[in-house]
Amino acid sequence: MLVYILKRVAMTIPVMGVVALFVFALLRLSPGDPAAVIAGDFATAEDVARIREQLGLSEPLVVQFGTWVWSLMQGDLGTSIFSGKPVTELIAQRIEPTMLLALTTILFSVAVAVPLGTLAAFKAGSLIDRFVMLFSVGGFSVPVFVLGYVLIYVFSLNLRWLPVQGYRSPFEHGLGPFLSHITLPTLTLSVIFIALIARMTRASVIEVLEEDYVRTARAKGQSELKVLMRHAVRNAAVPIVTVIGIGIALLIGGVVVTESVYNIPGLGRLVLDAVLARDYPIIQGLILFFSFVYILLNLLIDLTYTFLDPRIRY
Amino acid sequence: MSFTRIGRGLIAAAIALPLTLSAAAAETTLRVIPHADLKNLDPIWTTAYITRNHGYMIYDTLFAMDENFEVQPQMVDTWTESEDGLTWEFTLRDGLTFHDGAPVTSEDVIASLERWGARDGMGQQLMASTASMEAVDDSTFRLTLSEPFGLVLQSLGKISSNVPFIMPARVAATDPFEQIEDFTGSGPFVFQEDEWVPGNTVVYTKFEDYVPRDEPASAAAGGKVANVDRVVWQYFPDNTTAMNALMTGEVDFFEQPAPDLTPILESNPDVTVEINDPLGNIGFARFNHLLPPFDDAEVRRAAIMAMRQEDYMASAVGDEQFWSTCFSVYPCGTPLESDAGAEVIMTGDVEAAKAALAETDYDGTPVVIMQPTDIPVLSAFSLVTADKLRDAGFTVDMQAMDWATLTSRRASREPVADGGWNIFHTWWIGADVIDPMAIAFSGDPDGGWFGWAEDAELEAARAAFARATTPEEREASATAVQERLWAIGASGQLGQFFVPVAYRNNVEGLIKSPVQFFWNISVE
Repeated sequence: MLVYILKRVAMTIPVMGVVALFVFALLRLSPGDPAAVIAGDFATAEDVARIREQLGLSEPLVVQFGTWVWSLMQGDLGTSIFSGKPVTELIAQRIEPTMLLALTTILFSVAVAVPLGTLAAFKAGSLIDRFVMLFSVGGFSVPVFVLGYVLIYVFSLNLRWLPVQGYRSPFEHGLGPFLSHITLPTLTLSVIFIALIARMTRASVIEVLEEDYVRTARAKGQSELKVLMRHAVRNAAVPIVTVIGIGIALLIGGVVVTESVYNIPGLGRLVLDAVLARDYPIIQGLILFFSFVYILLNLLIDLTYTFLDPRIRY
Repeated sequence: MSFTRIGRGLIAAAIALPLTLSAAAAETTLRVIPHADLKNLDPIWTTAYITRNHGYMIYDTLFAMDENFEVQPQMVDTWTESEDGLTWEFTLRDGLTFHDGAPVTSEDVIASLERWGARDGMGQQLMASTASMEAVDDSTFRLTLSEPFGLVLQSLGKISSNVPFIMPARVAATDPFEQIEDFTGSGPFVFQEDEWVPGNTVVYTKFEDYVPRDEPASAAAGGKVANVDRVVWQYFPDNTTAMNALMTGEVDFFEQPAPDLTPILESNPDVTVEINDPLGNIGFARFNHLLPPFDDAEVRRAAIMAMRQEDYMASAVGDEQFWSTCFSVYPCGTPLESDAGAEVIMTGDVEAAKAALAETDYDGTPVVIMQPTDIPVLSAFSLVTADKLRDAGFTVDMQAMDWATLTSRRASREPVADGGWNIFHTWWIGADVIDPMAIAFSGDPDGGWFGWAEDAELEAARAAFARATTPEEREASATAVQERLWAIGASGQLGQFFVPVAYRNNVEGLIKSPVQFFWNISVE
């Protein structure tokens, strides 16, 4: 197992190298120039050229890439062209809201979706099943920003229960303010995951419920609850966990929109602002960071398989 | 007890402790939604308006423009001008100190003006006419000109980017093309660097040792009295969320709500919506003078004839209370406003444009219009121009892109096939085009603005304005500049529009100005 983990971790290095090359090339092939954005409306073309030179953007692309990779090898993700702050510092400033929003979303989604999907599978074809599937289709179909505005309208503007926007750290401001600020973003972002996980749970559990060992369990006189929890859900867990892992990739996209709608100072907002301003070091650094997190999460999910299914060994 | 009440009770209980703690501190905070994210902090390195506004928070200026567009002393106490207008001596007010406690000296002023003069267009002109700047003593400095320059005070009291802010000499020693890293100023507020979260939050605290002038605040001039302990800028990328936050009282002041949101804000009894910038913004359609078909002045003028300002304003701004037509190249309502030579833009008639175009050698060459789809006002301008030009007989190639791409591409002087362009749209805040020195009015293709108009007569008229020493001379040369701008069809002008501010009714003391200032404002 340890050898497997070390191998997987070692494999991240070439993967990150490919990602780095891809991101760098993609950004430089895209139109737009941070020097022109910095120079603003008053600038002359000469001003823009001088700023490009100052930022090192007039160097050949190979030199720029080499400089960046050399910095990366020393653990330096670069410095924001606009704010002059190190990308690592910007990530450190923004990581907490995004991580906690992702965590609350995943926890809430799993807590709601797995029982919902299981219930739908158990009552397959019933009104409950149809309702769950209707919710799933709806959850997939409603854009995150529309749902966000609707929730703000109901819970913030009309009922005045929850704030419209912002983020409060649980470590700095306490649990109450944290929960009041994170509730609506979590609900907004969770809907699509609940839809996704509920559907997958339903499909997996239905499949497992048709297995021989389930029939055997029922024949032995075990209660339906026991059959469901001990035999069906446990054996259906592997595909469900896989979907949760895939969902984390979706989460990164969802976070960008959710953080904008709720004005949460997280990584999603950071990447969006950087793209609009063509702040290359931030975009490059963040995509590398997201890739790294994604690779590690996939490794973690692969490892959880061994706990969920003892037949899986690495 | 209803579910609503239970919910409210639980949430109130959850947040009670921190609210109590913050109340105990008894600090007054003005919570502001600025018009943009403060991405960088050097108001000389960049011309971004948000950085200029940041500059006004933490720096002070030698002179400043008041609400009547007159230049008034700010850091300067007294000054003298020699009879030949070539030697100026300025003495600073007593009690001026930087945030680190050091006094503001002549050395700081000279270093700051030198750095500003290396970047700003007006500053460059002042420096080109300057023989020397020297410190007479710690609080007095002398400016010696090599030739008459009629805009010394106007340059030093320039209200918009780049503003000649005074920094400590050690900071002003930074290369003008590199960002400063020390944000010590002498203005009414202190920048809290450790609380700065780029893309989200900027925090300023009151500078207790700031000595404001005795005169009442008037635009950038007069006493800058900080009436709140903290000013927090919280940037909202989403206008709707910003509006909701203002309506629920989570913020106090919204600098630039989108035009389509103002009816909702106006319907809220706790919110006031009003125009705070008397000059507003001027919409521009800029031609590329280097490429066909707009390398021909008559083709440009034909296009301008089709640009009916009412259509642009109705499409991009909407509500008539927030726009007006203006045929002067200087903002309507300012001293140099004039209709001289403006018949071409007053036409607003597609048929007349079609007839004028038929008189030219236009051969159907497609006109590439760059449309920045991420900026609604400019996107709407582009669509209207495309429509007008098609009706007038042009072949139009509309190319959608984001603003960052547009800013990059507009710097290209290459043919269209190699990444060039024919028209882009923008707007200038009124204060930036208040006189002929604006780069938008340049007729010098080498040092001039994108589009690269070339006209020696125009440049001569601008130079005459710079040398003019009396109001009459200035007005005459400004009129000559305007006549020349319309004669060569330098740009299309699309109307004057105003972006209102919106604020909670607990906010008082707003200063009417083209730039949003936060001194003088109090929060109940």
